[in-house]
Amino acid sequence: MATIDVSAGVDDAPAPVTSGKSRNNRPRSAGNLWRAIRSNGKATAGLIILGVFVVLAIIPQWIAPGDPGAEIYGRMEGPSGAHLLGTTAYGQDIMSEVIWGARPALLIAIIAGLFATLLSVLIGVTGAYLGGIADDLLNLLTDVFLVIPTLPLVIVIAAYASSHSLSVLIVVLVITGWSYGARQLRSQALSLRNRDFLQAAKVRGEKRSYIIVFELLPTMTSLIVANFLGAALYSILTAAGLEFLGLGNTASVDWGTMLYWAQNNEALQTGQYLWAAVPGLCIAALGTAFALLNNAFDEISNPALRPVRRIRVKRTHS
Amino acid sequence: MRYLIRRLGFFVLTLWAALTINFLIPRLMPGSPATAILARFHGRLTPTALHAIEASLGINTNQGIASQYVQYIGNTVTLNFGDSVQSFQPVAKIVAQAIPWTLALVGITTIVAFILGTGIGAIAAWKRGGKLDSILPPVFVVGTGLPYFWVGMILIILFAEINPWLPVALGIDPGIDVAFNWPAISNMLQHAILPAGALLITSIGTWVLTMRNTMVTTLAEDYIRMARAKGLPNRRIMVDYAARNSILPNLTGFAMSLGFVVSGAVLVEDVFNYPGVGFMLVQAVQNEDFPLMQCLFLLITVAVLVAVLLADIATALLDPRTRTAR
Repeated sequence: MATIDVSAGVDDAPAPVTSGKSRNNRPRSAGNLWRAIRSNGKATAGLIILGVFVVLAIIPQWIAPGDPGAEIYGRMEGPSGAHLLGTTAYGQDIMSEVIWGARPALLIAIIAGLFATLLSVLIGVTGAYLGGIADDLLNLLTDVFLVIPTLPLVIVIAAYASSHSLSVLIVVLVITGWSYGARQLRSQALSLRNRDFLQAAKVRGEKRSYIIVFELLPTMTSLIVANFLGAALYSILTAAGLEFLGLGNTASVDWGTMLYWAQNNEALQTGQYLWAAVPGLCIAALGTAFALLNNAFDEISNPALRPVRRIRVKRTHS
Repeated sequence: MRYLIRRLGFFVLTLWAALTINFLIPRLMPGSPATAILARFHGRLTPTALHAIEASLGINTNQGIASQYVQYIGNTVTLNFGDSVQSFQPVAKIVAQAIPWTLALVGITTIVAFILGTGIGAIAAWKRGGKLDSILPPVFVVGTGLPYFWVGMILIILFAEINPWLPVALGIDPGIDVAFNWPAISNMLQHAILPAGALLITSIGTWVLTMRNTMVTTLAEDYIRMARAKGLPNRRIMVDYAARNSILPNLTGFAMSLGFVVSGAVLVEDVFNYPGVGFMLVQAVQNEDFPLMQCLFLLITVAVLVAVLLADIATALLDPRTRTAR
């Protein structure tokens, strides 16, 4: 159960033909991974939602031209042909703000997710493979970071930080977001440590770093990807929470900041529901996309969790 | 016993780490706004009070960092957190007012979410492939992707604004005193429904999914097959064999996820202006009340650590392996 054989993600699919040169396990596992994603309903749904936001993030200037933060329209207007989602109490177009908000949200999710995963791999896998006192110390560090409640810590750090730029936000998210993944990766690496193929590499006289990077890590691909998705989800939700509290850059156009201004202007009490509902819905949708993909990767890396296909038996009613 | 001693050791170590982080953050931040803010308080605070705050933040002090640290640990152990720079009352006294609110709201909601989620997860795993199992897990996966505070805002729109059934904010109506009588309690319950609902919706999914996934693995074990072969009633296999053995990982998960739940609770309390610890933390940050903020951060961390320790003790009671191991 602990082995992650990516090819297990595909039921009875014939092994794809690999080019002769490459060592045949790696390209194949990548191909199978892709196929496993497509055959999983949750993963497909997650990918589609994510795709929509990626498009919004890449070309917002074509979809909603102009400065999204410009306060140039009538205030507190309801939805109309000109402003599909109405305007804010400052006279900004909500639709245009929402569209431009996709870019910072994805940027935070992907960058913070990547660095947090990198840290998880570095600390979790290295510790597990080295063993001994190094492992004990790294594991202890992981446990300590795991139980310290993150948002209060993030809030305290942000409160003392002299600037609230995007890079400060990302650093804070990485510092607080790596521990869960490190714990998971460590336990998987531990179960792989004494496998024959790693022993063989050792006997061949490979360096430790080579074994970890080229032998151990490729077999853990799907768990690492799952961890990236989990870290990205954490980053989206925590960043949104911080921005909502006014601890982000309040001059920027992103979803959490929109919610901050909506709350500050009592949008809920004055009937400007769309101002509060839509940015939150976008955070929720992006969060859901990552959560669905994350869950699907759990299923891919652990075939036991996959929903069973029901075999329909035709019953003749007597 | 060894297991418990090790966990107790971990508790002490983590506590020390949290204390140290709390000590280091204001000192590591270059050009910290704390310095600028404290300048404003010259003249408004008594020199001793001002000096106490400066010392706790590591500003304008001629002490070495080591003796600052010793003093800080001493103050913390004796619960001497200094005065709030906003209300000029002792921080410990202000914080004590907020604790019962959070304990009631977040404590009860978390336990309900755990019991309910574990139950639903067990049933979903048991009826694997059934209708329940094909609908519920995806729904709960979506639930884990929702921002806590936004769910709170949507609940306000639906049940307090469009349909004015429940109060929008606060823990109790301003005209009513907190007391142990029916009008006060029913009023507090009404105020608690929406925040509790927001917490429940967003936190239950984790329990459902962990429990389902563990139980699915457990159900494939040989002893389950054995129980079936013996002809035990299904109910008994599900509850006494499968669920009982699956609940342990969920309990460990409970301890690990508590940090996330607490994080969500901070935001939910803020949305509802609920007079608990989380709301107070956000207020302290916005008022730049650093002594109060540091005390609240420590309090929240200690609360989570104690809960983790309790979960460890429960694990030791439930799992004979932890008693005999090593």
